Amino acid sequence: MYRSNVLVCGGTGCTSSDSLKIVEKLKEEIKNNGLEKEVNVITTGCFGLCALGPIMVVYPEGSFYSMVKIEDIPEIVEEHLLKGRIVTRLLYQETVEEDTIKSLNKTAFYAKQNRVALRNCGVIDPEKIDDYIAQDGYAALGKVLTEMKPEEVIQTILDSGLRGRGGAGFPTGLKWKFAAANDADQKYVCCNADEGDPGAFMDRSVLEGDPHAVLEAMAIAGYAIGASQGYIYVRAEYPIAVKRLQIAIEQAHEYGLLGDDIFGTGFNFDIKLRLGAGAFVCGEETSLMTSIEGKRGEPRPRPPFPALKGLYQKPTILNNVETYANVAQIILKGPEWFASMGTEKSKGTKVFALGGKINHTGLVEVPMGTTLREIVYEIGGGIPNGKKFKAAQTGGPSGGCIPEEHLDVKIDYDNLIEIGSMMGSGGLIVMDEDNCMVDVAKFFLEFTVDESCGKCTPCRIGTKRLLEMLEKITNGQGTLEMLDEMEELCYYIKANSLCGLGQTAPNPVLSTLRYFKDEYIAHVVDKKCPAGVCKNLLEFNIDRDKCIGCGMCSRKCPVSAISVTDYTAPGKKKPAYAIDHSKCIKCGACIDTCKFKAVSKG
Amino acid sequence: MKSLAELQAIRERAKAELNLRKENPNSARVLVGMATCGIAAGARPVLNAFTEEIAKRGLQEDITVTQTGCIGICQFEPVVEVEIPGEEKVTYVKMTPEKVARVVNDHLVNKNVVTEYTIGANT
Repeated sequence: MYRSNVLVCGGTGCTSSDSLKIVEKLKEEIKNNGLEKEVNVITTGCFGLCALGPIMVVYPEGSFYSMVKIEDIPEIVEEHLLKGRIVTRLLYQETVEEDTIKSLNKTAFYAKQNRVALRNCGVIDPEKIDDYIAQDGYAALGKVLTEMKPEEVIQTILDSGLRGRGGAGFPTGLKWKFAAANDADQKYVCCNADEGDPGAFMDRSVLEGDPHAVLEAMAIAGYAIGASQGYIYVRAEYPIAVKRLQIAIEQAHEYGLLGDDIFGTGFNFDIKLRLGAGAFVCGEETSLMTSIEGKRGEPRPRPPFPALKGLYQKPTILNNVETYANVAQIILKGPEWFASMGTEKSKGTKVFALGGKINHTGLVEVPMGTTLREIVYEIGGGIPNGKKFKAAQTGGPSGGCIPEEHLDVKIDYDNLIEIGSMMGSGGLIVMDEDNCMVDVAKFFLEFTVDESCGKCTPCRIGTKRLLEMLEKITNGQGTLEMLDEMEELCYYIKANSLCGLGQTAPNPVLSTLRYFKDEYIAHVVDKKCPAGVCKNLLEFNIDRDKCIGCGMCSRKCPVSAISVTDYTAPGKKKPAYAIDHSKCIKCGACIDTCKFKAVSKG
Repeated sequence: MKSLAELQAIRERAKAELNLRKENPNSARVLVGMATCGIAAGARPVLNAFTEEIAKRGLQEDITVTQTGCIGICQFEPVVEVEIPGEEKVTYVKMTPEKVARVVNDHLVNKNVVTEYTIGANT
């Protein structure tokens, strides 16, 4: 029996800052101190506070060490694990109060969170099925198979009000009900783990931190609709998630929690993995199924909906990872418990991947109805360097930008649609005054133009034309008429595209046109980029009275555009430098180099 | 897995270990002095004996065993403090692994302080 447990984050964020080497070093030091029978080292999933990684938590004290380095390990082992003296210097500073140490759950980042889908992330070892079982894992599957009829399972999910966490928010129970109602010799349960929005990593973290939760929920769904085969479509770019899923499937097989005659009830269910090659369109349901079949990932018209004709033309349900992560909890705690969280039409919690200009980059799970202000300023710790909030982008390339005036809107599916954005899978990118909104719209359009599969004309050509107009605007060749043309084209693409990719691709343009039209106008009429981002509208200049003539900028300039003049400012010893605008490529190297703030852009 | 009972058995076994990874603000606390003086006097076997005894009785959820630094009475090491919420803190001195079972049984489970092991009886 171990007296102490050291949990080290093994999510992608912390792994990329060497947390696995930390685990190795920890084990080595623990052995050196003869503590290997007393102290247990566990690699867990994501704790959420990725900005502070690598993260390590020591129980029973609950000490939260952040930004741990390999060099710190001997000190932690000798001081904390051997002598019981917590290394305060390395603790997450917010947990350190004058002479006591605050519980992690009371810090601003965690206090307002309610972890349902992420409940096991950062607690269990995702590569040990026993850890998951200790947290009541597979109890919901046991309950469903031995005590409930399939219709009762579907009714429970319907009553809970669970809606799809992949973005569109279709009621999950309804999807299951439709698929259950269609008779067929074979039906399928699919899991969409093709998380593609730039900046979104909720699903990856669930798969990395709690893979069995997804397997269990898929088996429950299989029982509910009468399917015996499941597929998880996961991105090949998520190697840790793929590995842990493989281990989880193997372990579930060994215990007989997947396979034939589960719990002796005669119910059979198996799950296979399919790796996606990274095409964004494969996150769209019909493309995803086409891709599982081994064909080129392209959408097809609906109806027929997958509930009638999905994978291999059989009734199929497809749910997102986070949706599944809620299912077992709903079965065990009851639909009323789930429905007690959230807003009238959006129940439960939602995981957001916080990124961009925010202090606490990471993963947060909050009840639906939490305001953007709470997420950005309380949980997220505000914007770095005292900058001003400009907008939050939700829903990735399908979503839009939410301006400051809507910071107090309660976040749920319907409210976000109303203000011109969408929930999406949960990426939340914060932007400050240094972000140009036209440039942001252009960034997302570049992404959709790249990722459009080309099957339908409105998406293939429409998004391309839209991008061309945005490029003209950021190059200073835009006109006011162009703004109206763009808006018209947006509605055309939305109305006529074949699948969700095209139908939502214009959203970043529409929402920025709606809330930040003044920035577009500044680009078009004044030929200026107020945020100082669009290079072609910028001009770099040296203030000849501030320049001391050190020549640093001239040496840094990659195109030799800066040369000395014959003007020497009063009180300065050397002549000032000037920029030749015909040569300048606007790289900004001079601004970064000048210690005297003599270079300006605008 | 052919029955729910099998799952239940695995859960019980695995839970004991997992409970060590949770914070329970209402749990009783056993603090073992683990500074240099404590370690030299044999605090580590005492600490491990507490962990074993509490695990044996399945009390991990209610009792947290943790280490602490030197509390300044080095001549009495190994020193163990027992804190039960709502009750006064009790300090046991010159502890040995053999004394542990009685402290767990009498004090932590049955709420009777083992007076003869306390600092009061040893000064």
